[in-house]
Amino acid sequence: MKNQRKIVKRKLNNTLTENNVKKEEPDSTKSIFEEESDSGAEDLLSTEVNNNDESSDEEVNENEDVPVSDTEQDQIVFESDDEESDLSFETDSDDLGLDYSESDEESISLNESSDESKDENLEKKSKNFNIPTTSKDNVSEKLKRNESSKTNINIKNTSDTLQTKKQSKKQKKTNKINKSDELNIGEVQKDKVQNKKNLKSDIEKSKRKDTKNNTESNINNENNDKTIADQEVDEYEYDSSDEEDIRNTVGNIPMKWYDEYDHIGYNWDGKKIIKPQKGDQLDNFLKRMEDPDFWRTIKDPQTGQDVVLSEADIDLITRIQKRKIPDITFDEYGPWIEWFTSEVMKTPLRKFPEHKRSFLPSKPEARKVSKLVHALKMGWIKSTAELKKEREQKTNEPQFYMLWQSDDQAEEMRRIHKHIPAPKRHLPGHAESYNPPPEYLFDNKELKEWNKLQTTPWKRKLHFIPQKYNSLREVPAYPKYVKERFQRCLDLYLCPRALKMRLTIEPEALVPQLPSPKDLQPFPTTMSMVFKGHADMVRSITAEPMGQYIASGGDDMNLKIWEIATGRCIKTIPCGGIIRSVAWCPNQSLSLIAVAAEKKVLLINPDVGDHLITNKTNQLLEIIPQSDVIVSERVKTAVQWEQAEGDYWTNGIRIILNHFKIVKQVTWHGKGDYFATVMPDGQNRSVLINQLSKRRSQLPFTRSKGLIQCVLFHPIRPYLFVATQRNVRIYDLIKQEMIKKLLSNSQWISSMAIHPGGDNILVGTYDRKMLWFDLDLSTKPYQTLRLHGTGVRGVAFHKRYPLFASGADDRGLIVSHGMVYNDLLQNALIVPLKRLCNHESYNDFGILDVMFHPIQPWVFSAGADSTIRMYT
Amino acid sequence: MVVIGKKKYESGEGAQFMSRKAALKKLQLTLKDFRRLCILKGIYPREPRNRKRAQKGQPGIKTLYHKKDIQFLMHEPIIWKLRELKVFTRKVERAKALREFSDMKRYLSNHPTLKLDHIVKERYPTFIDALRDLDDCLTLCFLFSTFPSLNHVPRDQSLLCRRLTVEFLHAVIAAKALRKVFVSIKGYYYQAEIKGQTINWIVPHHFGFEPQAKNDVDFKMMSIFVEFYIMMLGFVNFRLYHTLNLYYPPKLTTHDNSEKILVDEEAYVSERIAALNVPLINLDSTLQNTEDEELEMDQFTNESEATKLEEAKIEADKIKKLKILFKDLKVFLNREVPREPLVFILRCFGAEVSWDKLLFVGASFDENDETITHHIVDRPNMTKQYISRYYVQPQWVFDSVNARELLPVEKYLMGCVLPPHLSPFSDNQHDQTYIPPEERALMDPDFRLNDEEDESEEETENENEKEENETGEEDLEKDLKEEIETNKSDEVNEKEQERDRLRKKMKVKTGEVTKEDPWEKKRLEKQEYRLRERMIKKKHRKLYRSMMEGRKERAKQIWLLCKKRRLHDTAEKQKRKEERKQKKIKLAE
Repeated sequence: MKNQRKIVKRKLNNTLTENNVKKEEPDSTKSIFEEESDSGAEDLLSTEVNNNDESSDEEVNENEDVPVSDTEQDQIVFESDDEESDLSFETDSDDLGLDYSESDEESISLNESSDESKDENLEKKSKNFNIPTTSKDNVSEKLKRNESSKTNINIKNTSDTLQTKKQSKKQKKTNKINKSDELNIGEVQKDKVQNKKNLKSDIEKSKRKDTKNNTESNINNENNDKTIADQEVDEYEYDSSDEEDIRNTVGNIPMKWYDEYDHIGYNWDGKKIIKPQKGDQLDNFLKRMEDPDFWRTIKDPQTGQDVVLSEADIDLITRIQKRKIPDITFDEYGPWIEWFTSEVMKTPLRKFPEHKRSFLPSKPEARKVSKLVHALKMGWIKSTAELKKEREQKTNEPQFYMLWQSDDQAEEMRRIHKHIPAPKRHLPGHAESYNPPPEYLFDNKELKEWNKLQTTPWKRKLHFIPQKYNSLREVPAYPKYVKERFQRCLDLYLCPRALKMRLTIEPEALVPQLPSPKDLQPFPTTMSMVFKGHADMVRSITAEPMGQYIASGGDDMNLKIWEIATGRCIKTIPCGGIIRSVAWCPNQSLSLIAVAAEKKVLLINPDVGDHLITNKTNQLLEIIPQSDVIVSERVKTAVQWEQAEGDYWTNGIRIILNHFKIVKQVTWHGKGDYFATVMPDGQNRSVLINQLSKRRSQLPFTRSKGLIQCVLFHPIRPYLFVATQRNVRIYDLIKQEMIKKLLSNSQWISSMAIHPGGDNILVGTYDRKMLWFDLDLSTKPYQTLRLHGTGVRGVAFHKRYPLFASGADDRGLIVSHGMVYNDLLQNALIVPLKRLCNHESYNDFGILDVMFHPIQPWVFSAGADSTIRMYT
Repeated sequence: MVVIGKKKYESGEGAQFMSRKAALKKLQLTLKDFRRLCILKGIYPREPRNRKRAQKGQPGIKTLYHKKDIQFLMHEPIIWKLRELKVFTRKVERAKALREFSDMKRYLSNHPTLKLDHIVKERYPTFIDALRDLDDCLTLCFLFSTFPSLNHVPRDQSLLCRRLTVEFLHAVIAAKALRKVFVSIKGYYYQAEIKGQTINWIVPHHFGFEPQAKNDVDFKMMSIFVEFYIMMLGFVNFRLYHTLNLYYPPKLTTHDNSEKILVDEEAYVSERIAALNVPLINLDSTLQNTEDEELEMDQFTNESEATKLEEAKIEADKIKKLKILFKDLKVFLNREVPREPLVFILRCFGAEVSWDKLLFVGASFDENDETITHHIVDRPNMTKQYISRYYVQPQWVFDSVNARELLPVEKYLMGCVLPPHLSPFSDNQHDQTYIPPEERALMDPDFRLNDEEDESEEETENENEKEENETGEEDLEKDLKEEIETNKSDEVNEKEQERDRLRKKMKVKTGEVTKEDPWEKKRLEKQEYRLRERMIKKKHRKLYRSMMEGRKERAKQIWLLCKKRRLHDTAEKQKRKEERKQKKIKLAE
């Protein structure tokens, strides 16, 4: 800012000096408005500095016109400047102390120079100007502190003892100068007032004259003073608000704020400016009618006074309206003043010639062009024509060509690893037709079902509802078509694929191919006889070794002997307890049946068949063999042998074995001397082996291995098979050790039968299975047969034919072919042959025991319906 | 000592499969790009033998890809294009956001495009392979050709689909490859045989497109499929045309991308059909079509093959006849008839087709042409009729093609109640399928339909109606479940016995040799079988049971259909009788 100011100030030398003069005036006079004028002056200065150049030019001209005054003014300026600078120094001196002497010298030098400048002519003006301007800078800065500095000075004058004479002299000098200034200013002012009168000032004046009526005289005077000052300044500042004649001090506010009050603002003294009397419409009208100046009267918004425009004002207005230059005096067509010469100077201002590069083509440009050319060549950028062509090509469809040269020769390339092609969609059946046969349409039930499966659509038989349309034109679009296609797409890329072998076999192929039963005859096929006579369930049956009779016993506590050939019941022997097991002695020279009735085991001579044998048996059993062997307490408590007498004897009962628990099974050894009895509740004494010839009993096991279901003697070897609930254990009776343990893998073994060869065992279980164990093969079943629907109760092997039978609670008796080969390499052949189902069920029991005829291929079954049936 | 043992899942199935997440990581692609790549490359997840091992012991069910598939994808140049595309979109979006439109324009003009030629060749090593897999391609392309402009489906895609499908139809016409057609409620099914491959495709009914819920159908995904299928179909078309000695691309008379076509859907469709009506230009007119040549089959000495050969010969003969099924026919389509399928079918089998000249372009002859043999109508009656031609309903065309002969038009005449339209795709090789009586009538000409029987009988007598009915039923249920059959035969036996008894009363008995009762024999056999059934190995037991169950279920279905049919027939008959009665009454009055 400062620099700018400097430059401006240099140009406007004269004007500034004048300005200073004006400034000095209030200073020196120190009138009432000291502060105000001061500040005003400064404002003026600043505005001056900021403002127009033209006016200053004019000023210069004017100054030139009046040389004498100018010089004087100059002087004055210098003087004042000096003084002020001095003042400033003084003020500074407080801070600087000793330095001020030098500054004094400077100031002196300045004074001297200024003195010299007095003598010099106008030509040297410029030089002179420089000096004051420099000083002026200081002045402008310090002016603000003018007041304070002055007061300081006063104080200093009195207080400071260190002040030199020079200083005091200077002060005096300045005072003098001030006085002279005053005089000068007075003169200048007068001149100016007389000479210069602007249009504006004129207007203002006229206004003032009008308004004077109301304002006080004092104010008037002051205003006059002011106006003088204003008039002097107005040339340089058109737009400043200070320049305006301000009566009202309310400032630049909307005047309507005072609408409610009777005053319109405040004057400079702070007194209310009362609104003028406002006439009503009539008054207004009268005024219009009467007042000849009405048309040129306007209302001053600030004072609320009516102002009559002067002739000059109206002229001005009309000129403005006509868009002429408002100033009449301005000569539009005056001679052209050439401020800057239009002539070409012979010698150029710049001495050096044009640079070479201004004649050469630009290298960077060339580089740019070459870049573009290169890009064009390389095809990085394209010309519009090319672009257009390209666009056309791009919109074209993909180009197709002969991709496969031949139909079935593949080109070697990397392909999907072990590709699994997607399965094709199913082709539609009749139901999907637009006009299907009527049976495919849903009836109500099917429709209901279809709708019911809305949440689980995959369970539906058809994924659509068959529809019938009478003609093709009625067929609508299928609403789920797009979705179906979408789902197919999903399947194609999201569904995991795997190669699955599809079974093309018929279910029949899974059924094992077995020899036809016809080729495996003979086997029992038809029921040929029914033995009726028992009053309750028949639990057990047994056949005479010769095959002439059978014996049976059951819940009716009677042992019945039947003749097979006639089917007649020959004998009935009451046994006094539920018969759970009967077994005919296999020794053909004895006629004995072992009967397990409750806790007793009865050895009964049925007295049928060969008399010799029966008599011999009777004789044999009459003799009680004596032995010294002391029977141990353990055995004694378990079983006591008793010779039957009296009624028993006449009934045929020869020997009674009293057991300590219920006997469930009795079975003979092949030789017919030993027989075993089973008492499942007997814990570690549940198996007893009895010797008939010595009437002696043994307890083979000391420890219980579980609930023993049944026992069996090996037909050839001295082995005993003991079936617990789950397993079958084989003991060697001579060595007294366990040989094998057969794992049945079932829950509950019910019965057991051994093949006459002695190498295969058939085990029936209550969990519907029959297990064929091959003792040579392994301890696990060679084959598991699930021929029955319910638990198997009895199994039996035929002694001569390769047959075995099983009876179960489902009333079915199944006869199977079970061929065992001598060749060890060949496994047994098992073929179920026939299911015989003639028994009636009783209390959910069907067949309780099964037995083969010892010689013929006949089978007997004891049923819960208290009958025994024979099949041949 | 560190025991260097084999780690788990480093070999075997655990190493062969990778989850989708792992695949994404390996390929450094986003899921979106990965899906796109999978669709284009035809990569699919695989079902492992042992899922637990393949998932490296992780629980749940994951999408598993074969490791080699992913490695295969890694070498795909398209991945780079996809990445470029990503960069491209980013650039364009940036330029758009910064309002640098010139840049944006430049980017857009250099849009990276996917080139799929190599993928087509890779996925389909031979032309035959491509033909084999053409079903989905054609179905989807035909669907897309009906699509309007959609958000995620580029306009040119559906246009291209249209072009290519029409070209394919032309190729089928030129090759006379169409074999079977079927009008389903979903659309028209076509079966063509090209190079020994049967190709099935579906064309939806008119106005097949309807807006779908956003979570229902992802058009963007389908569009990616179509992107590939277009390329595939284009190459297939090219080769097809080449083998048929035709120019490719064909010069279809009215086919160009004019403004009108883009704007007016109807106009486009009609022009497309019009194009179908014009034979294509042969590449070399002197060359005869190789298809027409007689194929001489070699004679084989083998006995078993001789019968096969015979069969094949008969089949070939039939097809030869089928190819010229509609030859010398001049068919005029009434305007309500769906033109596109009919024109295609009729032209395939050598007919001349035309339609109303004023309504659609491409008509070749006028309605009042006296040489027209068939006029296809789908309305109950017409005011102006010509004597020289048959007015038949469109189903006649479809049924004739499936029957491979020109069916008698009586049943299909205008206003008639149409006989059921049967699917030509049902396979009767399977023994447990229901064959509707109409189909049976087609198969063996001796078989008489119930209705015909009734009609003939009703005229004679009404008294023995019941018996007739029963015999009719027996005919129907020949292939029923055995048990049903046996029951029936039981009944028959009883009847016979009764008759015998009656006879016995009247006649003197002569000595007879006792015969084995076949029924008893059967029963025994069944029993034996049941026992044998028990001997099925444990391994197969469940399978056997399920198979038998399925068989039972199928039998039940057949039984149900039979029953429904019988009920329907009796109801119909009743109705007809009533009508006749009323007529008689009216006449009497």
